[in-house]
Amino acid sequence: MKILEERNNMDRRSFLKVSILTSGALLVGIGCERPSPADSAEKSTWKPNLYVRIELDGSVTIVSKNPEAGQGVKTAFPMVVAECLDVDWNSVSVEQAPLDDRYGRQVIGGSYGTPDGWDDLRVAGTAARFLLIAAAAKEWGVSPDECATEKGVVIHEASGKSRRYEDLLEIAASLPVPNISDLELKSRPADFELLGTFVPGVDNPQILTGQALFGCDVRLDGMLYAVFEKCPTFGGKVGKANVEQIRSLPGVTNAFVVDGTDNLNGLLPGVAIVAKTWWEAQSARGQLRVDWETSHFDSTAEYDRKAESLSKEAGETLRADGDVDAAFGSASNIIEASYYYPFVSHANMEPQNCTALYHESGLLELWAPSQNPKSGRALISSTLGIAEDKIHVNLTRIGGGFGRRLRHDFMVESAWIAREIRRPVQLQWSREDDMRHDFYRPAAWHHFKAGIDESGSMTAFDHHFVTFGANGEPVSGASLSPDHYPAGLVPNFRLRQSIIETNVPTGPWRSPGHSAYCWAYQSFFDEVALAAGRDQLEFRIDLLSRSYGPPPLDLKRTSDTLKLAAEKAGWGHRELEPNRGLGMAFHFDHGGFVSHVAQVAAAGSAITVEKVFSAADSGPIINLSGAKNQVEGAVVDALSTAQLEITFANGAAQQSNFHDYELLRYKQAPEIECHFIQSDNSPTGLGEPPFAAVAPAISNAIFAATGTRIRELPFSRSGVSV
Amino acid sequence: MSQVTLKINGESHTVDVPSDMPLLWALRDKLDMTGTKYSCGIGTCGTCTVLANGVPLRSCVVPAASMQGAEITTIEGLDPDGNHPVQKAWNDEDVPQCGYCQGGQILAASVLLKHNPQPTDDDIDAAMSGILCRCGTYSRIRKAVKLAAKYAAAEGGVA
Repeated sequence: MKILEERNNMDRRSFLKVSILTSGALLVGIGCERPSPADSAEKSTWKPNLYVRIELDGSVTIVSKNPEAGQGVKTAFPMVVAECLDVDWNSVSVEQAPLDDRYGRQVIGGSYGTPDGWDDLRVAGTAARFLLIAAAAKEWGVSPDECATEKGVVIHEASGKSRRYEDLLEIAASLPVPNISDLELKSRPADFELLGTFVPGVDNPQILTGQALFGCDVRLDGMLYAVFEKCPTFGGKVGKANVEQIRSLPGVTNAFVVDGTDNLNGLLPGVAIVAKTWWEAQSARGQLRVDWETSHFDSTAEYDRKAESLSKEAGETLRADGDVDAAFGSASNIIEASYYYPFVSHANMEPQNCTALYHESGLLELWAPSQNPKSGRALISSTLGIAEDKIHVNLTRIGGGFGRRLRHDFMVESAWIAREIRRPVQLQWSREDDMRHDFYRPAAWHHFKAGIDESGSMTAFDHHFVTFGANGEPVSGASLSPDHYPAGLVPNFRLRQSIIETNVPTGPWRSPGHSAYCWAYQSFFDEVALAAGRDQLEFRIDLLSRSYGPPPLDLKRTSDTLKLAAEKAGWGHRELEPNRGLGMAFHFDHGGFVSHVAQVAAAGSAITVEKVFSAADSGPIINLSGAKNQVEGAVVDALSTAQLEITFANGAAQQSNFHDYELLRYKQAPEIECHFIQSDNSPTGLGEPPFAAVAPAISNAIFAATGTRIRELPFSRSGVSV
Repeated sequence: MSQVTLKINGESHTVDVPSDMPLLWALRDKLDMTGTKYSCGIGTCGTCTVLANGVPLRSCVVPAASMQGAEITTIEGLDPDGNHPVQKAWNDEDVPQCGYCQGGQILAASVLLKHNPQPTDDDIDAAMSGILCRCGTYSRIRKAVKLAAKYAAAEGGVA
């Protein structure tokens, strides 16, 4: 809710600027600052968030300021413009912008792409259409109210006159710019023609024919290829390395030690090997001998011991509502259970890479598959001592983001190597580098205790969260909001936290936090409902009808998705075949409400997830294909992740590739039936929200089918496999 | 170094490669054909799949030098205009999310359809199981393979 309010405030501060380019094209820009009257279109210091350009041939171009990692903004954004401008979908194309401060925020993360673009795109498209109608009306000497548009043409029905948009550009540019608040923006699904339909991705033609799009596809004249060997223990320093011997190996052009910094998010110490081909660099690496200096010995076994010991302590109280101990004293039944999930890796299919060229002029140019290029540039600037305005970042398509590419170790390494060798160079991490040097989703333990009254309602909830931190504070991705449900849904509530110190780098991982702890909450709710003798659906709907203080989530929108998923799954109305079970879970994060009901079949401990029924409310759907893709993909990703773990020994990750970190394959992928509640709320993103409730729905279905309660992930730790 | 002549997408290319260099890196770094992607390097994920004499091959583990004489097809060569039934179906079902693995998926599907013009879900799962997709496009791919089968039937089979 908070995000949407902020957006509306921002909208009221937006400004439009309309100009004509020397090519004759009409340019409509929108930004958060008032443009200076002196700014010309092509030489402007003004900072627009977005441009829409209508060319003399009638084609429309928008500049996509954000990178594309597969979440579909590059297709969804021009759809919004086409809808509001009223032009044929095929006449709109997208140009990928480089990193440029004039565009403001250029980040894909937090499912923020869609809400970030929604207002500006509609304003730009609607303002352009407004001006084109006004231009035609002026020409014809009629009121704009008498005119309409139809796919790139302004029409005056009474006189039968019509003009194509491209013939009105110059007049349109001469008219006063409308006030944004005067524009009637399409906002409801009922208003849409193109939005909500199934539109294939704009990059499909290039993807399907193997054309160069991704970071690793960049090829520059005279380009060399690099690998960068780091200490398996995070942050270990190079003591001694046989770089002279490496330099003599076939194809190798450079080999050198990089001292690096102490910043685990930055340039770590290591050895760079550069060669004429990546294979030669990687082969030379086989001969590399490094004495590493490290003092960290983190291990999963040690973490387990510490967690066990901390579980007996009280921890730090983060929130306390009512009188929890008294409520347990008067409870008619008390249910206790502990849940554990492990560290996991991002495992993007495209391993980290970045291409860099240090020009003689001192300009550093990069081609980076980054989710947040601005932060990558800042890291390079501070590490290499190069002013930000001397660093130019080109954005490439991204072979999977999932939060990994919000961190920029690969960019700063590539920049350092490029400056050192003064040749264009592509740093390509191996799969092993990628898995052993990730910013992992942290593990955690959740110790729950719930008290229920005679009616089976939760009256007390105590939650001890044992998580990971550094210097007493949770590390990235390891914190839990004290306002997270069931806080606010139970009258007596307490959240306690204990921290295990870690040297393992952690970071945002698709729906940070939520993607893990939703599983613990929703699995435990299943246990409580069962102990209370209540139906799982009825118990959850009832829970979502109570609030004590400000509700932690929109109760109605959440309930509605759960009811819809249950209805589609035939919850309570369908006789299941033997050895089958249904399980459910709801969640809200990153602006989206999503519930799932999973159906599994069990043959002993071997589980088949047959079908997942999903219901999502993220407001109006922009691209039905993109929206469904995100839900379907999240179901597969979540089922995959529930069977994966990264473990540590001697301070290093023990898994290295897909043979010991086995992503889900075809045979394990369920059928997915996806439903949307297209409410009139502003649209929000779907990259993250469909993920969290998948694993608990499946865990609960496994319990329903087998009687085995999954309290530890991956599933194999609980004795089942999918 | 050995001089190797490779026949790729109908054209001959002669390159100097280390004798152990996998075909993947000869394609990407010697010939700048970047459609074939690197992901695991150990033959487990299928992202780097190409066709050799019509058979799917993990190009990351097969030396280029061993491929002399073979007819190699990469994603760039399947149909550069994107009109192969599998490419058309992949677009119409909008399969790609990030798109990184899709070249390998498409080539594998084209082989499946050549041998089995009307595959079931189980046939698809069995034939394609070697190729991972981290974005989770498996259910779309099942649909797209069946749609491609229809397109191919209308055209008289997969070429």
